[in-house]
Amino acid sequence: MAITDAPKIITSRFEYDDSHTLARYQDTQGYDGLRAALDRRPDEVLEEVKTASLLGRGGAGFPAGVKWGFCPPGVWPRYLVVNGDESEPGTYKDRILMERDPHQLIEGVLIACYAIGCAQAFLYVRGEMAVAQERIAEALNEAYAGGYVGKGILGTDFSVDIVLHWGAGAYIVGEETALIESLEGNRGLPRLKPPFFPAAKGLYLQPTVVNNVETLANLPWILREGGAAFAALGAESSKGTRMFAVSGHVKNPGVFEVEFGVTTFRDLLYAPVYGGGIRDGNQLKAFIPGGASAPWFYEEHLDLPLEKGAVDKAGSMLGSGAIVVMDDTTDMVRAALRVVRFFARESCGKCTPCREGTSWLEKILERILDGHGRRSDLDLLLDVCDNISPGIAWPPKQTTICPLGPSAVSPIASAVTRFRDEFEARLGGGPVPVTVDMAGLAYVPSPSRAAEEVAS
Amino acid sequence: MARLTPENIELAREIIGRYPRPKSALIPLLHVAQEQDGYVAADAMEHLAELVGVTPAEVLGTCSFYEMFKREPVGRYVVNVCTNIACLVLGGEELLHHAEQTLGVKAGGTTADGLFTLEDVECIAACTEAPCLQVNYRYEHRISHEGFDALIEDLREGRRADIPPHGTLARVRQRVPAASAAGPARPGECGEPVWVFARPAPPKDG
Ligand SMILES: Cc1cc2nc3c(=O)[nH]c(=O)nc-3n(C[C@H](O)[C@H](O)[C@H](O)COP(=O)(O)O)c2cc1C
Ligand code: SF4
Ligand code: FES
Repeated sequence: MAITDAPKIITSRFEYDDSHTLARYQDTQGYDGLRAALDRRPDEVLEEVKTASLLGRGGAGFPAGVKWGFCPPGVWPRYLVVNGDESEPGTYKDRILMERDPHQLIEGVLIACYAIGCAQAFLYVRGEMAVAQERIAEALNEAYAGGYVGKGILGTDFSVDIVLHWGAGAYIVGEETALIESLEGNRGLPRLKPPFFPAAKGLYLQPTVVNNVETLANLPWILREGGAAFAALGAESSKGTRMFAVSGHVKNPGVFEVEFGVTTFRDLLYAPVYGGGIRDGNQLKAFIPGGASAPWFYEEHLDLPLEKGAVDKAGSMLGSGAIVVMDDTTDMVRAALRVVRFFARESCGKCTPCREGTSWLEKILERILDGHGRRSDLDLLLDVCDNISPGIAWPPKQTTICPLGPSAVSPIASAVTRFRDEFEARLGGGPVPVTVDMAGLAYVPSPSRAAEEVAS
Repeated sequence: MARLTPENIELAREIIGRYPRPKSALIPLLHVAQEQDGYVAADAMEHLAELVGVTPAEVLGTCSFYEMFKREPVGRYVVNVCTNIACLVLGGEELLHHAEQTLGVKAGGTTADGLFTLEDVECIAACTEAPCLQVNYRYEHRISHEGFDALIEDLREGRRADIPPHGTLARVRQRVPAASAAGPARPGECGEPVWVFARPAPPKDG
């Protein structure tokens, strides 16, 4: 089978300009999956999803049907929280799904609520995504008017409200227990584990299923075509199709839906229909296979299939389907610093190893880049990494409440180990010339102060 | 400065009514306050505390955690340049430095005329479209230095009606007609949903 033969499961409507409207959705088998679900018992729908072996697309790759089954029996109400906080550097798929096909997501939410028995659903959309918020609001308004959402859906006894909720800018809120805290109106601090799954105790300490946008967007197709048809695509534990964002130094960056488990990194980076190869005839230096939290991959990993088990075994993860390509012109010290700075900025501050460790890493890398690095700094970097995540192993050991802290370790350990010579070349050379033009005021008065200063 | 206007109080009550517990509405309400004034004023936070039944300190606690809430006036246009990894490798930092020169302020600052606030931000989920930025959370993909200057010129001249002033997030709001609402599911008030107990799973063998 050619790499492009797999059906488009979640991006099938992207070719239409009006793909976000109810009219287009209804013309293209929209809400047929919901109808198929409502013709069956909730437990049968759950079985269908288990048959599909749909893995979560948010990062951890946990099977959706299994997670739904973790809700303790007899405890009501249950909630569904949709994780639309997409902020992992390199990741660009949930936003496009929300902007281009909001009804598909709404239908997926309804199918999940029906199967799990959720009395209310919350669609948590990242705050910075204004267009996605508008498209979903519009779609929900249409869906309520059309009788697809709310009381007595499609004339049945199935009733559920979907509440569109906006975030306000914090990467950590993507972690599911922080997401729930945020949805309760609090600061987005992850909760202590156990319980390991909010399915046991989540929103208001009730059973709560948290699923990623892309995960849920697969459900209409699964209910329409059957879980077996979904499981016929892909390989090993990775079934169906999956979206990957290929960014960085490729000729043709883009978001592609490909068959999961069989397509390789080489296909995605080099095939003319996908990445199209490295730009300007340059050589590949490294690539991030699954978002900023993933250890880096190199030339020798190109023939790995995009399959969860295979990538885990090779020492990284597919994470959120975010592939960032770096060619041989890339300054690895700068790249490593930028990734660490992200984690330092976004650490919620609850655990010492993460809060202190990430900012230490940032400071050390900054001074290396500025030409003040000490001979001992590379070992110090690895020592700090080891304190955040003992052994610097994969999967990482955790001394912290959530995986954000250890996530900062993997890319740094990757870069320092693989490109140690590049880091060493920066050490002890004394200050480097100033490359950044320092135009602009160091102190900028606020508009009101500026007005006062002008007036006086 | 300002407490919520009567229309916004009504809107706030409507939003609160969708959630099982009032405090859950806090972040959306902080957005309403920010839309009203362009930033979240101290009085607005006190007002929200009254509306959702928590202390003003709790509102401040939540508000101060999230990047998007500005507790001091900012420019009419907040320009967020992404410098994270996918943008970095395609010139995101250079774009930011160019923006600093064009606007005459360092990242984090506001121009003296109060029009622009420049920010250096983390990944905004447009990585395949690098380098990229947002103006009031609306995207500009694959933007060059010349493109940036043209954008700023257009904004100064009022030619970008598609970009509302800072604070206005989505111009379309969810509206749930009372007649079709299923209503919030409050803990302690809900039993097994009717569609579940009306269609029980058959007993397992054995
Ligand atoms: C620091 C951190 C950030 C995360 N960010 C996101 C995110 O933006 N979107 C997302 O869907 N999952 C994110 N996750 C994963 C969620 O915790 C959770 O596993 C996921 O939403 C579950 O959905 P799924 O099973 O459908 O993948 C993040 C996890 C961590 C630790
Ligand atoms: S690991 Fe970091 S982000 Fe996660 S809870 Fe601890 S301090 Fe917060
Ligand atoms: S890294 Fe710039 S948008 Fe993702």
